[in-house]
Amino acid sequence: MHSTALAATSGARHWRPPSFSTRFYPVWQRNLLVWRKLAVASVLGNIADPLLYMLALGYGIGALIGEVGGMPYVAFIGTGMVCQSAMFTASFEGMYSAFSRMHVQRTWDAIINAPIALDDVMLAEWTWCATKALMSTIAILLVLMALGYGRTPFALAILPIGFLVGLVFGAFGLVMNALAPGYDFFTYFFTLVLTPMLLLSGVYFPVEQLPTWLAAAAQILPLKHAIDLARPLMLGRIPDAILLHVAVLAAYAFAAYYVALALTRRRLLK
Amino acid sequence: MHAVAIDERASATPILSVEGLVKRYGGQDVVRGLSFDIRRGECFALLGPNGAGKTTTLRCCLGLIDPDGGAITLCGEPVPKAAREARIRVGVVPQMDNLDPDFTVAENLRVYGRYFGIARSVIEARMPRLLEFAGLSGKGKQPIRTLSGGMKRRLTLARALVNDPDLLILDEPTTGLDPQARHLIWDGLRQLVAQGKTILLTTHFMDEAERLATRLAVIDHGTLIACDAPHTLLAEHVEPEVIEVYGDEAKAWAGRHGRHIATRLELAGETAFCYARDPKPLLDDLAGRPGVRYLHRPANLEDLFIKLTGRELRD
Repeated sequence: MHSTALAATSGARHWRPPSFSTRFYPVWQRNLLVWRKLAVASVLGNIADPLLYMLALGYGIGALIGEVGGMPYVAFIGTGMVCQSAMFTASFEGMYSAFSRMHVQRTWDAIINAPIALDDVMLAEWTWCATKALMSTIAILLVLMALGYGRTPFALAILPIGFLVGLVFGAFGLVMNALAPGYDFFTYFFTLVLTPMLLLSGVYFPVEQLPTWLAAAAQILPLKHAIDLARPLMLGRIPDAILLHVAVLAAYAFAAYYVALALTRRRLLK
Repeated sequence: MHAVAIDERASATPILSVEGLVKRYGGQDVVRGLSFDIRRGECFALLGPNGAGKTTTLRCCLGLIDPDGGAITLCGEPVPKAAREARIRVGVVPQMDNLDPDFTVAENLRVYGRYFGIARSVIEARMPRLLEFAGLSGKGKQPIRTLSGGMKRRLTLARALVNDPDLLILDEPTTGLDPQARHLIWDGLRQLVAQGKTILLTTHFMDEAERLATRLAVIDHGTLIACDAPHTLLAEHVEPEVIEVYGDEAKAWAGRHGRHIATRLELAGETAFCYARDPKPLLDDLAGRPGVRYLHRPANLEDLFIKLTGRELRD
């Protein structure tokens, strides 16, 4: 009895609210410094894949079907790719890169021996995931603009959306990281979360093309809400239901971060 | 006069005080009511077999895990409540090297200094001395992967000094190093004590404790078995002379003769360890006996450790 009660309190300690402190900054800065050393390779790695898809499908399939949703197919799929690459970049960072720092290199162990709390490290990793998502967003937007699309000041509003997508999927990735015994574990996330997300959120075709029940189900997907915000902006229009979309994304981001933080505390602070 | 009085009081307050520390995992007590104090300026060694609770105790002291009972005060701050504030005055050398492999030698020190909120100019001013201490002068731009194990360890030690700490905590600082590298680490630690730093280290190397520690605590199964200066503990617990007897006839000799002559005799494998206050009767008996060889030596910390924690293997 006694030990059960104690186990319960120590479990409850892991679920206390997150602390947000500016102490996260030197840890975030550490990640930025490492990234700067490998910046070119990193940016190319993050955007090569979405760029190939965008160009091949955009021009290949675009030639067959013309306009989709009131825009050329290249621009349609390009906007989807902006959000998709933000999603993949943040997920990768939250899983593989964070796992290297946490488990393989034990960088986090070194940091929490300094006067920095695990909450600060997690906040740094989370915002770093979103920072990298923002970098991908910028890179792909620049390519789209070079191709002649999205040359409107409204397109700038896609940048915070990319960051928000990064917060959502960075937090998802950090949940996986907290549970992972090894790198192989992350495959589940790709198969069970990212691939369905990619196919059902309207990256390649409008969600309305799906059967009614599936289109309705797709409404719960965070990537769908990001795309609903980004597409009109590319055309220089103000999206509908901005507050709803932002609220859904923010809710996913903060809820997932809270879970990731609690699970990480449970994993490391014992 | 006044300043001196305050100074004395400050040095009389322990830099780390642990009182009745308890830590449980899954209903099992790993640390059971452990108490000890570390005074300013001493080198205190925490000795214990694997699984004795050494690392758990250190993690509690740093506020990385919450104890289930007891009180800890580190650098005047209550832990875990103000652990972060306390860690500003502490340097840590972990059991496993966790230098940042993506950075150079100097970048490792620079980035780590930022975690303490130390201004760039202050870190740069300390850099040459830190590199010199690590034996890495002129190697600031070298990547970590080009360093040997001993160099990495020394850099980790230098990294723990980046905030000019009052207390240095080292978890098995020389495990996995070759003898040359270990001696360099020991020299470094002695220098630090000479400069007035306080050191807390865990180890299961007796020679390490013997060379460095002004005081040591032996812990086993999460409790303190003994705590004092090494020579005091030896005088208190172990007979001063040891004769190790080995060879084909050693066991038989121990049963028939040794057991009656030695103050205390222990068999470990094929060796008989004879402990005595006066070695002469043993030496006389052994002289010229066929089938046995022996080694006569003064008692050391290993004898103390074995006496206090037993001979059985731990995993």
